[in-house]
Amino acid sequence: MVESPSVITPLAAANPLTALAAVSRDIAAARLAALGDAARLAFRGREAAIGPAGEAFGVALPREACRFNAANGRFAFWLGPDEWLLLVPDAEPAPLFAAIEAATSGLPHSLVDVSARSVGIEVAGEKAAFVLNQGNPLDLSLGAFPVGMCTRTLFHKAEIVLVRHAPDVFHLDVWRSFAPYVWELLEDARRELA
Amino acid sequence: MLIITCPWCGARPETEFRYGGEAHIARPADPSALTDQEWADFLYNRTNPKGLHAERWRHIHGCGRYFNALRDTVSDFLVTTYKAGEPRPENSRPDVEGSGR
Amino acid sequence: MTNRFRTASGGRIDRAAPLSFRFDGQTFSGFSGDTLASALLANGVHLVGRSFKYHRPRGFLSAGSDEPNALVNVFRDAARAAPNLRATQVEIHEGLKASSQNRWPSLAFDAGAVNDLASPFLPSGFYYKTFMWPAGAWKRFYEPKIRAMAGLGVAPTLPDPDRYTQNHAHCDVLVVGAGPAGLAAALAAAESGATVILCDEQAELGGSLLSEVSATIEGRPATEWLADTLANLKGRDNVTLLPRTTAFGYYPHNLIALAERVTDHLAAPAAGLPRERMWQVRAKEVVIAAGALERPLVFPDNDRPGVLLADSARTYANRYGARVSERAVIFTACDAGYRAALDLKAAGITIAAIADLRTEVSGELPARALAAGIDVRPSTVVVGTRGRLRVASALLAKAKGGEVGPTETVPCDTVLMSGGFTPSVHLFSQSRGKLVWDGAAGAYLPGTSVERERSAGACRGIYGLQRVLEDGYAQGEAAAIASRDYASPARGATPAPAVSSRAFPASAEDLGTAGFIGATPHGRNPALAKAFVDWQNDVTSKDILLATREGMRSIEHVKRYTTTGMATDQGKTSNMNTLGIVSEALDTPVPQIGLTTFRPPFTPTTFGLFAGAARGDVFDPVRNTAIHGWAAEQGAAFEDVGNWKRAHYFPRAGEDMHAAVARECKAVRASVGLFDASTLGKIEIVGPDAAEFMNRMYTNAWAKLEPGRLRYGVMLREDGFVMDDGVVGRMAADRFHVTTTTGGAPRVLAHMEDYLQTEWPDLDVWLTSTTEQWSVIAVQGPKAREVIAPLIEGIDLSREAFPHMSVREGRICGVPTRLFSVSFTGELGFEINVPSAYGRAVWEAVYAAGERFGITPYGTETMHVLRAEKGYIIVGQETDGTATPDDANLGWAVGKAKKDFVGKRSLIRESMSAPDRRQLVGLKTTDPQVVLEEGAQIVADPSVPVPVPMLGFVTSSYHSAVLGRSIALAMVKGGRARIGQKLMVPMPAHAIEVEVVEPIFYDPKGERLNG
Repeated sequence: MVESPSVITPLAAANPLTALAAVSRDIAAARLAALGDAARLAFRGREAAIGPAGEAFGVALPREACRFNAANGRFAFWLGPDEWLLLVPDAEPAPLFAAIEAATSGLPHSLVDVSARSVGIEVAGEKAAFVLNQGNPLDLSLGAFPVGMCTRTLFHKAEIVLVRHAPDVFHLDVWRSFAPYVWELLEDARRELA
Repeated sequence: MLIITCPWCGARPETEFRYGGEAHIARPADPSALTDQEWADFLYNRTNPKGLHAERWRHIHGCGRYFNALRDTVSDFLVTTYKAGEPRPENSRPDVEGSGR
Repeated sequence: MTNRFRTASGGRIDRAAPLSFRFDGQTFSGFSGDTLASALLANGVHLVGRSFKYHRPRGFLSAGSDEPNALVNVFRDAARAAPNLRATQVEIHEGLKASSQNRWPSLAFDAGAVNDLASPFLPSGFYYKTFMWPAGAWKRFYEPKIRAMAGLGVAPTLPDPDRYTQNHAHCDVLVVGAGPAGLAAALAAAESGATVILCDEQAELGGSLLSEVSATIEGRPATEWLADTLANLKGRDNVTLLPRTTAFGYYPHNLIALAERVTDHLAAPAAGLPRERMWQVRAKEVVIAAGALERPLVFPDNDRPGVLLADSARTYANRYGARVSERAVIFTACDAGYRAALDLKAAGITIAAIADLRTEVSGELPARALAAGIDVRPSTVVVGTRGRLRVASALLAKAKGGEVGPTETVPCDTVLMSGGFTPSVHLFSQSRGKLVWDGAAGAYLPGTSVERERSAGACRGIYGLQRVLEDGYAQGEAAAIASRDYASPARGATPAPAVSSRAFPASAEDLGTAGFIGATPHGRNPALAKAFVDWQNDVTSKDILLATREGMRSIEHVKRYTTTGMATDQGKTSNMNTLGIVSEALDTPVPQIGLTTFRPPFTPTTFGLFAGAARGDVFDPVRNTAIHGWAAEQGAAFEDVGNWKRAHYFPRAGEDMHAAVARECKAVRASVGLFDASTLGKIEIVGPDAAEFMNRMYTNAWAKLEPGRLRYGVMLREDGFVMDDGVVGRMAADRFHVTTTTGGAPRVLAHMEDYLQTEWPDLDVWLTSTTEQWSVIAVQGPKAREVIAPLIEGIDLSREAFPHMSVREGRICGVPTRLFSVSFTGELGFEINVPSAYGRAVWEAVYAAGERFGITPYGTETMHVLRAEKGYIIVGQETDGTATPDDANLGWAVGKAKKDFVGKRSLIRESMSAPDRRQLVGLKTTDPQVVLEEGAQIVADPSVPVPVPMLGFVTSSYHSAVLGRSIALAMVKGGRARIGQKLMVPMPAHAIEVEVVEPIFYDPKGERLNG
């Protein structure tokens, strides 16, 4: 295996939502934004690897179902009892990958770079939950889906990871090829708020 | 659309789940030791009860876990759910006339 | 603007807001707050439709969603036309255009009315008995003609330009119905701190209170109490009020579907609003406060325009200020007729007589009627009506003990009838709750619950304003409390009796529970009298008696034979009377006859509501690869593969698919081609037990595959048949990069997770989908290495350092890559995996680097031809779920020394290696220019008598430009033993001769793989 040194890539990363976001209207009740690049790592493993992985990442991996931890702009999302999504906006995945691998060497686990697998969408505003509930069947009241909650779920026919960062701020992580579909349905859902 | 209680994530709508057939049918440790008839039983024959049915579900659009459920095939209500690997709960009678309120 | 039949004052219409609207081309005036029905009645219009079967003239029967007759078309424009709307529910707005239906050429003169004259020949079951011959004519001839004759409204042919949305909502307590019971329930639940949704199908919340003029609640006029209560509810942020919202379906685990009509009542709706919104409410507890429906009386000529339900006439007068009549005869079996008579008299209508079916008439309301000077006649029935398109007189007769006396003609312009009230148990029944016959109430009432719901007020047989309010409050409070210890959607039991913690002193007329079920005696020739039970489907009491005479006993059979209750009104006004008639005819008590099941929707619901946003481009996800935009700009034709759009071929000017594919194929074989393989499924399998897991999931042996090498893997189902295949790279001792077929990706991942989680949870290995992490750019052809070499860093591309079926990590154009040396074309080839954010950029760089070699982008069709020339199978094309690895020529990929893998035990069954199984072979047509059809059958001799024994079928067939002839792959019984034989492919015109050959047509030794 040849491990090349990390060099600045001369090619620009593309986002499948760029064209759609460029023509999106600003609707204060439910703002829509395509989030920028991020490093995303899928971590899965046995008990022994969970603590060291969190330490190396700088954010303890949450043990409570459907919750995320955050620190210093890094996020660890619980997706399953042995599965976490580690996300750092605007970062290269390689150094993170190397650091966690080093800390968990010999411990049973799996770490996979999925930075390009999905893209992020922010839905924010007082009608954000109303907009999301047009395609998502969960109870998005603050009691049932509090700030700090995250889960894989559905938006219409697309699987998403839904995250609540603030009472009126949700993030969706959507597989790349489903992102335009999700975006267009979000646009449709907020048309009546314009 | 049923509400199914994932043992990890809690009550979620049916659309997040995928059905997985009858539960507690372990793959034989050594399939080559089985007769054709025994292998066919493992592959194809299911109990198909009227009443409580132990069955597998996967929270595929959630935590991804397989788990087991007891469902009353008469009323289509799920009586309970439990993690894969756990034994089928005892004394879980179908609540035919209803007192679970 | 004046409406001749408008009361001088009163009602809830806004007399300061006059509106004009059109009905059947004629302009009328009304007021804001009118329904189309109330506005037409205020203009003296009763004739609004023709009946379904006999085309009899029909007028309004009711004032609500139970209306069976007054179905209209409402037009906004050519694309926005809604047929079959109940005029009683259509709110008028300025410029509203509506028309009647099922008449030609006009409502007053309808040619279809000959059916009425022919009606002795159109009994129930007529269609079943008559249109049976010749076979096949029903579908081709009779049904289309009958449907055209019987058709109701006409749907527009243009696409619906309106939007429909769907919203998921959750609450502690959903209250269905905003009459007194529902309002009190919502109030109680809200005061208990529960989150509450209160919905009602009407434009205004209030239900029966909207028709009250004299009742009082808590010392105030009922309408004042209503306004206060609504203001109270509106002021709470735990309450959502939804008027114009029908709870149309009750689904498992308290999922209630509501249809909200958002814009139909607006003259000029705001641009962004949906026409309708479906609320999918998941409620912890439901309170059904659906009220009761007034029951018609079944007497001859009861369908003549001008025959209405008495309480509906009262609603028109009190709520809408519309007088349905100048001179009315009232036919009643309960006190509701008297209450209507008193209110209508106050509204200026002359009450010619009250015919009361009951022998004994006593109580407060009859006493008040007598005191008001109304002609009250006990033991009296209406035995007919006269008049052409409107009632002109009623025929009254004394009836005692089944004997009907001589008739007296009483001039009048309406007959108002009341047979009592039927609790609206539709939603309860939809929830699968058990209905119980209550002899005292003379009604089916909610019994044991299945869902977490409870009924309140009239829909559970509780009448009288104070009792209804207190029951509503009690049920609302109990629901709120029950919602607190909600743990699961577990089934309920009969809700415990609830007692209101609050008194609602109220004064209103008490109607009691008296009523009548069945057909009233008339003494007329039963062959000629038409007493309607089901107005919408034109079913008379005679039809139901005929059904019982012909042997129908179950109410379900009577229903289907006569079609009673099967129209869009679902028998809201007819079910109970049908039961009564059957009960009498069979001399069997009602509860033993049973009751048909109510099903959703409660009232007709638009298709748009169900489709919601899922239409057009977002009907289903359209998945594009990162390189899609480039292919689209190049003019590629695309094909659907699952949800993916894949470039099918890249036509140049003037090329058809055949020409483009021929050019693309030649370019790959002669120089180099470029192919987007990004849609291949990819799974990263990581962990100390990764190789062991691979061993168990695939037929191949993996332990000895070195890191940096690739292997073609075959996956079976446990039944031994090929499920998927793909190239697998071992990236490290504990890391595999697995590829799957495009369509198989989710299925394979789920299959692996199933075994890993439930059979081998002890294995330390994990699966991660990386399908969308990687763009895959296939560079194939003799020049492939030269094209990519200048772009690659950190990988020695020489054959010695990087043999066929290897993988290396490095960089391309500075982007990290997993470079596969692999070929699905038989040529030297590479598959460049790069993070998909860089997929297009790298593709463009490779394309630019290849231009000096004439690099040719190719699509899936060329990919198919090239792999078929090499005999590479495609799972799902050569295999159909019944092929073993050996059948598909993949026996070499099965690790014979492996003790076990998924599917192995099935492979050793005797039949799995029978010599006459279908096996993969090649076919060459004797005429090289003939291209076989995929799917065509293969036989030895088509001239033998049918059934000709089938030997197999063609699975892949193409013209090979490189070989200058057609080629085909096929599955043929004992195929490998037939190589060299001639077989026939019978086609409609003639049979095509083919030779069975080895399934490889090009470079059989594989020398080109090394470039």
